[in-house]
Amino acid sequence: MKIRSAIAGLAATVALPVAASHATDLEVTHWWTSGGEAAAVAELAKAFDATGNKWVDGAIAGAGGTARPIMVSRITGGDPMGATQFNHGRQAEELVQEGLMRDLTDVAERGNWKEIIRPASLLDSCTIDGKIYCAPINIHSWQWLWLSNAAFEKAGIPVPKNWDELVAAAPALQEAGIVPLAVGGQAWQANGAFDVLMLALAGKDVFLQVFGEKNAEVAAGPEMAKVFKAADDARRMSRGTNVQDWNQATNMVITGKAGGQIMGDWAQGEFQLAGLKAGEDYSCLPGLGVTEVIATGGDAFYFPQLDDEAKSKAQEVLAETLVDPKAQVAFNLKKGSLPVRGDVDLAAANDCMKKGLDILAKGNVIQWTDQLLSADSQKQKEDLFSEFFASATMSPEDAQKRFAEIIATAD
Amino acid sequence: MTGQATGRATTRAHPGRPGRLTRNLSAKIASIPMMLTAVVVFLGGTLWTVLYSFTSSKLLPRLKFVGLDQYERLWAAPRWLVSIENLAIYGIFSLIFSMVIGFVLAALMDQKIRFENTFRTIFLYPFALSFIVTGLVWQWLLNPEHGVQSVVRAMGWAGFSFDPLYNSSIVIYGILIAALWQGTGLVMCLMLAGLRGIDEDIWKASRVDGIPMWKTYLFVVIPMMRPVFVTTLVIIASGIVRVYDLVVAQTSGGPGIASEVPAKYVYDYMFQAQNLGQGFAASTMMLITVAIIIVPWAYLEFSGGRKRV
Repeated sequence: MKIRSAIAGLAATVALPVAASHATDLEVTHWWTSGGEAAAVAELAKAFDATGNKWVDGAIAGAGGTARPIMVSRITGGDPMGATQFNHGRQAEELVQEGLMRDLTDVAERGNWKEIIRPASLLDSCTIDGKIYCAPINIHSWQWLWLSNAAFEKAGIPVPKNWDELVAAAPALQEAGIVPLAVGGQAWQANGAFDVLMLALAGKDVFLQVFGEKNAEVAAGPEMAKVFKAADDARRMSRGTNVQDWNQATNMVITGKAGGQIMGDWAQGEFQLAGLKAGEDYSCLPGLGVTEVIATGGDAFYFPQLDDEAKSKAQEVLAETLVDPKAQVAFNLKKGSLPVRGDVDLAAANDCMKKGLDILAKGNVIQWTDQLLSADSQKQKEDLFSEFFASATMSPEDAQKRFAEIIATAD
Repeated sequence: MTGQATGRATTRAHPGRPGRLTRNLSAKIASIPMMLTAVVVFLGGTLWTVLYSFTSSKLLPRLKFVGLDQYERLWAAPRWLVSIENLAIYGIFSLIFSMVIGFVLAALMDQKIRFENTFRTIFLYPFALSFIVTGLVWQWLLNPEHGVQSVVRAMGWAGFSFDPLYNSSIVIYGILIAALWQGTGLVMCLMLAGLRGIDEDIWKASRVDGIPMWKTYLFVVIPMMRPVFVTTLVIIASGIVRVYDLVVAQTSGGPGIASEVPAKYVYDYMFQAQNLGQGFAASTMMLITVAIIIVPWAYLEFSGGRKRV
């Protein structure tokens, strides 16, 4: 790192007299490495480079679980990058409290973020003690069921309209040699799929009581028992997935080896990259076709405190670029996520994105678990659900008991 | 710099005495940096970790004591219990198998065979690979669609099933296979060195007495190789306690949590869950495990005045 920055410094001294411009290199770390994601992040880099600065890409492969520890240790270890992705919410909470992150309130006021960013809960998640610390870049909703039309055609049944129909269709799919529901082996995927099932089947109120108020009684109650029954179905339907990464699981849906997958809207980028068309080759059911609510989790960029003045300037420029309408459209179209502002034109959006935008416009939104729970509680949930989905013997009742225990001590 | 200054100060403090302190002075001065590292980094770091394991530190270390809460939570966590169980299975089997296989290979090598160099190189080669590479190679070999299972099926046994990495109840043995493949070569070399250290006359004497070869190995040679065995034991045991990268590369703890190990618990809770206190509590438990192994060994090896075989 030192050598690289030394070289960069040398290069700058050489280049400065010639160009005399204000080009500043800013390293940006993120974990967007799958095909669709990489294409989207290239749009951001392009937009930032157009401002006369230089985006130095610091992609970290291996999903957020691998990337976040590296980012955090770089920031706490005194080697901060120019900007870094986090899921906004509570992942960077302590870094902010410790004063390691930069206050963006000025930039936000100048850009009038309070007015344009929608829904307002996005900016709330960036706000700690009245100050804004991050620039939201997209809305990521987990609540999608992606279905392969080809797989259902092969099995000779119509494409399901909701979760129950998919469960009913499972035997026919299995007979045709198709895995009904692809769930990748990484722990966060089983965890996310459960949260989606819970929001869809138990509804918004139960969801907020359990994760918002940490009400262990509700978590152990009959409403949740239904969800665990559904999770048991999902577990049975996911047998034979045998892949690890989420995009490999999505690929099973793309190639018709799996009937469906519960995955966030980032899966859409993969469908697009494979040249599939929404509505014809694949279908999407927001809220599993049961409860049309989408959560407003998502990605945001945080800016560590830097001593270098030129870089601090560049940070401001980057923050402005991120919420800029043009960058918002270019990025989110490639990524399949929803923009953080309502005043942009997404005419090019496909069927699935339009469904999402519709729900957003109706205001059917909810805070997601990344915003409601600490990383610690999320990890405990991940441990539980990855065990549950892989286990042949763990009963839904046992799982619910342990779930209630986690909620009782959650923060 | 600091080291030298300290050294000089020590010399000046005892001007007239050429005693124990000044003997091999340059060697002692040279070792001061390492001693400081050992005390500050290892010992200091250890004490710091143990201290903070009694706090509720989250992402950043904070001195807010919560007593034994972290330990209570640790020992109630199903994942930690699975990790401990896995470590026990993995530890016992890898200890036994790598010792036995390593010794047998070494004994076979010791029969003045032809191409000994070649064989020795072949057996030792896996050790040159990192655990990550080993893990990936064995992940492919044990993958039901590409590895051993598909090869055997292609040869005609259609019902053959061997997919330890996708079966919760035997996944730890899949990891064990990879670990043995990687580690046995080293054990073999250590054992071979031990065997070569046995005096030819012992063998001649046992031949004169008409003792069968296996008996000579079992009752004469092995007891004489005690120091080699102890060293090997410590090397293997410390490798067992800290096993991490192999699991990450091969299964990343899956399916579910079936192949989790303590070191991975520590990492995941310290960094992914942003709960330092919990991670420190788990690593303190690991330290205790290591201490249980190391202390008796150190006692046996370094307690003075004991007769040597």
